[in-house]
Amino acid sequence: MTVLVIAEHDRGEVPIATFEALTAARTLAASMDDTVEVVALGDESAQIAPDLALHGAEVVHTIMSPVLSDYGPEAYAEAVVALVNAISPSAVVASGTSRGNEVLAGVAARLDVAFAANVVAAEKSAGGFSVTRQQWGGSLLEDVDLDARVAVLSFAHHSIEPTEAPAAGTVSTFNVDLPDELARTVIKDRTVTSAGVTLATAPVVVSGGRGMGNAEAFAMLEELAELLGGRVGCSRAVTNNGWRNHSDQVGQTGTRIAPEVYLACGISGATQHWVGAMGSKNVIAINTDAEANLVTKAGHAVIADLHEIVPAIIEEVKKRQG
Amino acid sequence: MMRVLVCVKRVPAPGSRINITDDEQDVDTAHLGFTTSPHEECALEEAVQIVEREGGEVVVLTVGPAEAEEQLRYAASVGGTSFVLVPTDGTALDPQRTASIITQAVNESESEGGQFDLILFGNESADSAGFQVGVRVAHALGRPMVNGIKGIEVGESTFTAQRAIDGGLEVYEVPRPAVLGILEGINLPRYPTMKGRLASRKAVIGEAPIDSDAGGLRRVRLHRPEETVSQTIMLPTEAAAAATAVVDLLEELGVMGGES
Repeated sequence: MTVLVIAEHDRGEVPIATFEALTAARTLAASMDDTVEVVALGDESAQIAPDLALHGAEVVHTIMSPVLSDYGPEAYAEAVVALVNAISPSAVVASGTSRGNEVLAGVAARLDVAFAANVVAAEKSAGGFSVTRQQWGGSLLEDVDLDARVAVLSFAHHSIEPTEAPAAGTVSTFNVDLPDELARTVIKDRTVTSAGVTLATAPVVVSGGRGMGNAEAFAMLEELAELLGGRVGCSRAVTNNGWRNHSDQVGQTGTRIAPEVYLACGISGATQHWVGAMGSKNVIAINTDAEANLVTKAGHAVIADLHEIVPAIIEEVKKRQG
Repeated sequence: MMRVLVCVKRVPAPGSRINITDDEQDVDTAHLGFTTSPHEECALEEAVQIVEREGGEVVVLTVGPAEAEEQLRYAASVGGTSFVLVPTDGTALDPQRTASIITQAVNESESEGGQFDLILFGNESADSAGFQVGVRVAHALGRPMVNGIKGIEVGESTFTAQRAIDGGLEVYEVPRPAVLGILEGINLPRYPTMKGRLASRKAVIGEAPIDSDAGGLRRVRLHRPEETVSQTIMLPTEAAAAATAVVDLLEELGVMGGES
């Protein structure tokens, strides 16, 4: 049988999350002697097939339709369900991104089966599947029995390192008539609010918490982030105080980040913040409180007043950058 | 005039350390404060703002233990109009069951009070984070649904909804009636006023005894992920020495280029 992976792409651009899902899908498929096949939707679906093959897709099913001209949760779900009904896979999976979870929820609703979101481990069991999934943004895990004729799973983003495993990647066109009505939830327009590196993709995130004291103090974090080619983040306390826009918030209800370096200034590190930052490769904390949760999680810490340390770091960076 | 439904969930206050009961079946709630799940608190605020502009009513629905009345009374204090509690025994329901219960509750409410122009959910609940109840309800009702919404404009026959993505926004235009999943950040929820507190005490909480069959997800146990204990290396505390040490580290990690 088949583990079917839904490929995400934004007008032909495949996010790393899809390669994570492919990597996880290979493990699941191998445990069941299944093959990994991918479904790619929309006009660019054939053009992304080589990248999908490189990460283990034996077959890439492409589906084209006027209502798949851009992303739309209902059209995507309907198209995937049509393919599922045709090829009867043992599992349908995607990455636990905003779109991935949304499409899989729609797929599960249409098939009237269970859906487990943000899975970190899954295996076939006697009665179905044994699955471990994240709750509370990943600070708790839940083991569940999943009882369904097809397992619908999203794999938690940032929880697996994507690897390559070249496979045939045979392109197979799947024809389906999708009703025009599905256009009602297709993207109509886009606006770009920040060009270039974003909070979610920045190699360095310089973040401030309650310890910043006020909105004005973030100017120095802006300066440091700029020097390092990074972005400014913040904690939920900061957004609740109105010091920064919510789009800068790192955490369970904000942005999940995975930078090379996370520099956390005056952030105590409540669980809901940490789950958004725990994907960071290296954490440096600046805090007056040596007992702060984020200090204990950090690889390196400076126990001092950030208002003295950050300007000194800026000077030192400038000096070395010449 | 708009009839808006907001579905909310009572959850332990985010930020608290969450402990697990000895039988590993649930979160130990003995020492926890409770709140409305954050995305849903913003959904409620958005509904109240829409109705303040357009006229109409905000119906607030929760499926939860008797104590979830607290979240409905809070909703009354910040502008909710009427309130429905579907009582459970307090154990966590699987998402298919929750969605089926809410769908039935919507049908009951609509047969009495008329169709909802808009139904709002949170993007996902803070605790179980199943990412699906709203989508399932919308599908069962045959209505369009988009998740991740950070802006709503009410049109004559549509809603223009903005979805937050990394570095920008996607714009959707969905026909009414519709279902939307709201993200925190769409607004800053108001605090209850004195008048609001008074209204909350007087609010009538309707009970709707509805249940449904269990779905295909069954909890085996809750546990904590293995924590990678990192031995924190303490850097100098004097400003110039600290700066040297931090920037040495940034160089070592290869992030001093400032490119990209």
